[in-house]
Amino acid sequence: MDKQQNQKYKEYVDRVSPKTKNFPSLFCAFIVGGIICCFGQLINDAVKYFYPHLYQIEINAWMLIIIIFITILLTGIGVWDRVGKLGGAGAFIPITGFANAVASPAIEFKKEGIIYGLSVKMFVVAGPIIVNGVTVSVVIGILHYFFGG
Amino acid sequence: MNRRLGMQTVYFKNPPVIIGRNHLVGKKEGQGNFKGYFTNVLKNDKFGEKTFEKAERKIMETLIFGAIENAKLKPNQIDMLLSGDLLNQIITSSFTARDFETTFVGLYGACSTMAETLAVASCLIDGGFMDKVACATTSHFATAERQYRNPLELGNQRPPTSQWTVTGGGCCVLSSKGIGHKITMATFGKVKDYGITDANNMGAAMAPAAMNTLIAHFEDTGTNPEDYDAIFTGDLGKLGSNILRSMMEEAGYSLGINYSDCGQMMFAENQKPYQGASGCACSASVLNAYILSQLDKAVFKKVLFVATGALLSTVSTQQGDSIPGIAHAVVIEGCTQCL
Repeated sequence: MDKQQNQKYKEYVDRVSPKTKNFPSLFCAFIVGGIICCFGQLINDAVKYFYPHLYQIEINAWMLIIIIFITILLTGIGVWDRVGKLGGAGAFIPITGFANAVASPAIEFKKEGIIYGLSVKMFVVAGPIIVNGVTVSVVIGILHYFFGG
Repeated sequence: MNRRLGMQTVYFKNPPVIIGRNHLVGKKEGQGNFKGYFTNVLKNDKFGEKTFEKAERKIMETLIFGAIENAKLKPNQIDMLLSGDLLNQIITSSFTARDFETTFVGLYGACSTMAETLAVASCLIDGGFMDKVACATTSHFATAERQYRNPLELGNQRPPTSQWTVTGGGCCVLSSKGIGHKITMATFGKVKDYGITDANNMGAAMAPAAMNTLIAHFEDTGTNPEDYDAIFTGDLGKLGSNILRSMMEEAGYSLGINYSDCGQMMFAENQKPYQGASGCACSASVLNAYILSQLDKAVFKKVLFVATGALLSTVSTQQGDSIPGIAHAVVIEGCTQCL
């Protein structure tokens, strides 16, 4: 009886609850994500122009460092949460999302001290990305070793 | 002497009087729909403190002292402090109680705390155990976000069913004697869980509990929704109150225009609160700033105040448990000698 009633209620709630509007969210994600990527390309080209002796891999590193720095700065002064709110996955998927996910708990939990607050809680959001990212890359590495070219 | 009506309702022979009250809200709330009613608005949500938790404590302290002053009493004349909040181990309440030379009982009813403390305090007063009791509750957007959700600066999107925790609180001082609005009845709620697991849809999780308390109240007292000038639920929000309306309709009690939800009313549309406000302070601040002042002006004479709470914790949510809801109701009748 209870299960039936709960099931019925759940279906009813699902029906009446407002859903995220797909088109506006996708559009905002496309625009915000696109701007971030274009900005990355701009930095890439600028670094290449001013330091022509650098290898591409070094330019990539510089570009990422600059983007991460800007994101963390914007997180610190309380602007990035608005960008993230607008852009959704468009702001989260580039390295910017990762930088924000590490910086924001670090700011939030600083009050509990450097060790138990900041250091421990820093990876509370980004931790799963690191753990699963490393695990998956190990698995792929093994597969590549045996089956790769 | 039996003062019970039915299963869940109690009535008071010597109805406790609300002799003092106080509210305090954050900046965002102060700019919402109750702009003219909220007179105590914080300039800064940190309230000059180092952490948001300390700020919440200061809010509660300010509230209680203000309400006692409003009642023209001294802090040592209060017999008991009943309070609760959202933080783990209700630290806001118990830490604030350090500054008071009164007995203290902490209550946890999530966002239903205001009605819960009023109901319990009324029983204590009418039973003759206490004479003057202060009932207080607070919540803070920043402390609730940190405990239940994500860091403030994390750039994520809120789902459309989410609600916004109110910063602020409310405090009432009840007494066995005096002139003021009276609490004549209270209906204690049962915990209801209809299996909602989405912590971002609290309105839907709490609506069944609100329905249970409302129906119990109407059945126990033999009243109907039309018998009240106004019925307020705590923080069901837009979605939750619509669900409550249609479920009550199905149960044979149609809620008319006299029904509204504090959470739905709190913020203006342009503040983008999604489903509305939530938190202990939502119903507490609306009660103390708006509902009681409407009773002062005799716009309302008899109000049914039903505060709703979602009894979840981060651990239960992460383990996939559903969200139990609770709702407590008190009937407040306007002062007849005050006009």
